[in-house]
Amino acid sequence: MIPVQLIQETAEALMDKAAIEIPQDYLDGLRAAAETEDGDLSSFVLKAMLENYEVAKEDRRAMCGDTGVPRWFVKLGNETQVEGGMVALEAALRRATANSTNDVPLRPNRVHPLWRTDHNNNVGIGAPEIEYGFEPEPEGEWIDLITVHKGGLFGTDYRMLFPSDGIQGIRRFYLDSLMAFGKRGLACQPAIIGIGLGGSKDICMTLGKRASTLRVVGSRNSDARIAELEDEFKELGNSIGMGAMGFVGKNMVVDCNIEVGYCHTGGMPMSVHAFCLSSRRAVARVHADGRVAYRTDPDWFTDYQRRETIDWAPVMEAAE
Amino acid sequence: MSAPREVRLSTTPTSRAIADLRLGDVVYLDGLMYTAREGVYMRALEDLANVPMELPSESAANFHCSPAARINADGSFDMGAVTATASFRFAKWLPEWMARTGARLIVGKGGMTSEDYKDYFVPNGAVYLSTVGYGTGALLGRGVERVEAVHWHEELGVAQAMWVIKCNRMGPFIVASDLNGDCLFERENAKIAENVARVYRGTKPAVMKRYGETDDRMDEVI
Repeated sequence: MIPVQLIQETAEALMDKAAIEIPQDYLDGLRAAAETEDGDLSSFVLKAMLENYEVAKEDRRAMCGDTGVPRWFVKLGNETQVEGGMVALEAALRRATANSTNDVPLRPNRVHPLWRTDHNNNVGIGAPEIEYGFEPEPEGEWIDLITVHKGGLFGTDYRMLFPSDGIQGIRRFYLDSLMAFGKRGLACQPAIIGIGLGGSKDICMTLGKRASTLRVVGSRNSDARIAELEDEFKELGNSIGMGAMGFVGKNMVVDCNIEVGYCHTGGMPMSVHAFCLSSRRAVARVHADGRVAYRTDPDWFTDYQRRETIDWAPVMEAAE
Repeated sequence: MSAPREVRLSTTPTSRAIADLRLGDVVYLDGLMYTAREGVYMRALEDLANVPMELPSESAANFHCSPAARINADGSFDMGAVTATASFRFAKWLPEWMARTGARLIVGKGGMTSEDYKDYFVPNGAVYLSTVGYGTGALLGRGVERVEAVHWHEELGVAQAMWVIKCNRMGPFIVASDLNGDCLFERENAKIAENVARVYRGTKPAVMKRYGETDDRMDEVI
């Protein structure tokens, strides 16, 4: 049984880390981009961003004034139980979101879409989002808490493509999205770009969002042909000639991650998501005995999450 | 590759200081600056509330921003990170706002169109400064010497309130328009455009169109 108070304390620590500490994989990716950048203005922008990450850590100050929309991904081991049940877990995550909004401080970004009601704590109807995943391994009681503060009103799009659109149609929509949102830097690039392919419309969006926020720079899809596409799309995005803030440059995409789900036989839905220059994510695994291990890789897309079979029997498959 | 020119600028700048700015200059600000976005514009211009500052004598710098900040129980403030929000959405209020407040530095994210600059920035002697990144929230936060006041937070909420901050070498910002009405982002777009046909080569339009790709609602999308 995982103590609910430990979940809340860990969640508060994660809110703080996500807002202040840029994940190392993204930092390394952006440093590599800064080394290759030769546009005067875009180069200046990347240097300023790298300095900004240092200042944020030194001052324990949020790296960006726009908090984005803090949200939670929760993954549980198959045997895990939470003290007070899942309702208590959700209350703990909502309390942590509200407390950290005041304590860091974060900007209270969440308002009612029509009445613009603002509780000044990033909590409201459907906010923060909490999404769940389950894992067969490792055995034992554990829970992964993942917070993502994804920024950006811009940089996201969806389109229903069809099989006859093919890869060239996918390339086209990818470029359209980067062009539309990259100008003037509205997408806050260079960013981790996530592409969702397949699923139903809502799941297509979910896949793309998770591809951008729950996979680290340098990771590759376990399907070798999709991994090739990821490499190609990173290169394609960086060959537009557009850099940070939409200035002339050669770095638009720090990495490109693609996730797929089975879709209707007649369709090929596609979504594109840009995480931003403040790629805020933080992760902790909480164990029943009170141990907490912090990390920045959500490790969300396991073989189990990408399974194609009816039953999950990896050991049997390995034995065959 | 050359580093951009750095300029220190008062938030109550002289006409000459503004005229000296060139597209792409990097600016650091000193003096009082106030935040104003849709909430403040609507309250001041549509609900006709009195603006609770002497403008432009106290400040001619309008920041499109809502900071990550906290109002403490004792009335004091803690301001963490400071990042701008995209300015193009405020074009409908800006001409009247400038006329009423004498704002000459519009500071935000992403700039406006050269049409906006020529129509009402240039006649008001105003230019646009863009934040960098986006956003260098921690760097800009360091440039806030203190919070002078926050107005209308009860009516508008913390994020939409009018924050008045004292800037001390606050920056960096990039000059994105000048007194000719030229636009830095449009200049960059034009340079990038030369390469666009090449990267699109071989791709093909989607078999099903969307409205927006045709604006004639009599058309079909297939």
